[in-house]
Amino acid sequence: MQTSEASDKVSARRSQETSLQNDNKAAAASGTPRISIAVDDTRQVRALNVKAAVDNLSFYYGQHRALKNLTIPIADKQVTALIGPSGCGKSTFLRCFNRMHDLQPDTRYEGSITLHPDNLNLVGPGVDPIEVRMRIGMVFQKPNPFPKSIFENVAYGLRLRGVRNRATLAEEVEKALRGAALWDEVKDRLPDSALALSGGQMQRLCIARALATTPEILLFDEPTSALDPIATAKIEELISTLRDQVTVLIVTHNMQQAARVSDYTAFMYLGELIEFDEAAKIFTNPSKKATEDYITGRYG
Amino acid sequence: MSAVDIAPAYRDNAKLRRGLSRRKLLDRVFVVVGMSVMLICLAVLAVLFVDLVRDGSARFSWNFFMNFASRKAEIAGILAAWVGTSLIMLVTATCAVPVGVAAAIYLEEYAPKNWFTAIIEINVTNLAGVPSIVYGLLALGLFVYQFNLGQSIAAAGLTLALLILPIVIVATREAIRSVPKSIREAAYGLGATRWEVTKDHVLPYSTGGVLTGMILGLSRAIGETAPIITIGALSFIAFLPESPVTSEFPFVSFKWLSDPFTAMPIQMFNWVSRPDQAFQANAAAAGAILLCMTLMMNGVAIWIRFRFRKKINW
Repeated sequence: MQTSEASDKVSARRSQETSLQNDNKAAAASGTPRISIAVDDTRQVRALNVKAAVDNLSFYYGQHRALKNLTIPIADKQVTALIGPSGCGKSTFLRCFNRMHDLQPDTRYEGSITLHPDNLNLVGPGVDPIEVRMRIGMVFQKPNPFPKSIFENVAYGLRLRGVRNRATLAEEVEKALRGAALWDEVKDRLPDSALALSGGQMQRLCIARALATTPEILLFDEPTSALDPIATAKIEELISTLRDQVTVLIVTHNMQQAARVSDYTAFMYLGELIEFDEAAKIFTNPSKKATEDYITGRYG
Repeated sequence: MSAVDIAPAYRDNAKLRRGLSRRKLLDRVFVVVGMSVMLICLAVLAVLFVDLVRDGSARFSWNFFMNFASRKAEIAGILAAWVGTSLIMLVTATCAVPVGVAAAIYLEEYAPKNWFTAIIEINVTNLAGVPSIVYGLLALGLFVYQFNLGQSIAAAGLTLALLILPIVIVATREAIRSVPKSIREAAYGLGATRWEVTKDHVLPYSTGGVLTGMILGLSRAIGETAPIITIGALSFIAFLPESPVTSEFPFVSFKWLSDPFTAMPIQMFNWVSRPDQAFQANAAAAGAILLCMTLMMNGVAIWIRFRFRKKINW
């Protein structure tokens, strides 16, 4: 019952996107790779622009191989969720996208994550991790605002990029806070400490902080695991609306959450990709036994 | 044949209750022991302080602060000593703090974790335990003779800076380490460089701890006698160093750096070693004042820590 409702919603969203897709046909024809997943004969093969193509990606902590030959397309302006039991490498995978692993010594990438449209290999040896992080934002598991004012938290990314003009900063901060559905709650206390906010507000502030620099992909690492259900609902709603402006990649250990917010879902187990498909398919009719066992709660 | 029938001894509630009251007694015994040990320490310090104040009570007056040393105990004062001590502390702080903080930042944020940094780390910790007279000897050879600084305020300040450097480094590292990893990740995630993370986040959020470490280091340095005797502090001085502020352009002078000096502990030591009983009162009064200076510095450290803790709680 619930699942059919969910898939109705998904298909409604799809038709909207297809029309949007047609508008962008010219752009799509220019050689950007596209996703075509559905293997089922009865389903129409849907094609979408690929924002990032993960190809044969492996990741090593010293000698330990934490990710094994992952190949996943990340669809542009869609929400892709990574699910799987604890320790399966979802967060490790997510952190490859903004090169967070480079902060630790003795880590190594193999394979590639190609960012489109300019074909930049995010994990390429000649690519500066700082440049990657400036283009790909991240929201962490625990809300981690800086112990500065609300305004300064959102403005920090812009300041790093050399924005000094007060009017520009104020404008961008407002835009980012509106984008994170936080503006109405904080507009009267922008100079106050960010630490005075509630947990859910802090997390939305962190989203605003990441949005302020208009990232191409926004990574979410279990963003609601430290929040209460009401705050969680707000964040999920926010992620759904973010789809219009940014490509979202979200790690969650909450399967219902993945089903609620994602367009595409990847199921990982022990560092390997088991199955990747449209969310509606993964949660209603997975093609692999392991996926089915996981989503039906046999293990995890 | 249920498991409940063969209840083991530790399921006997009466016994449990008896055992519990014994364990609670032990708990209370520890509180009493700990409390009394702490009170003994406090009492010793209080007795010492009261004794110093009583012995020196005859000398506490404006003149005591504004007079130079003298052969007559009644008019001998600590002017040269407290001015000397203040200037030495100024040199010590300006040298030890930037170097110590920079070293700590390097070790904590930048240095790769290998055998070389491990050796440096062990050495820094060990340096804090080197007897101060050894620093005095080092300074005598290095600053006084090699660098030709002579028996000057600069030499004394540098010596004490060397002495408190490990304290500043250890305290700063401690403070830096207390900044959560998640905050660093947030900044890195926005595309900050290492230096931007350090200057915009790590340092500002650990300022409380850094300042506390600095003051604790200085309050150790203020009482040090051995190293500055070694480098040749004078014990009888009847003039002040050149004033750092002048009436002519550029209004600041650094001549005082090369002036000879005396310091509070030296003055005390000198008075204590005099045969004339009257000087014992001077020594006691100077001791009480030195103790007050140290306690005041520690008080400032506690206040700073409190203020910063209130502003930032993770």
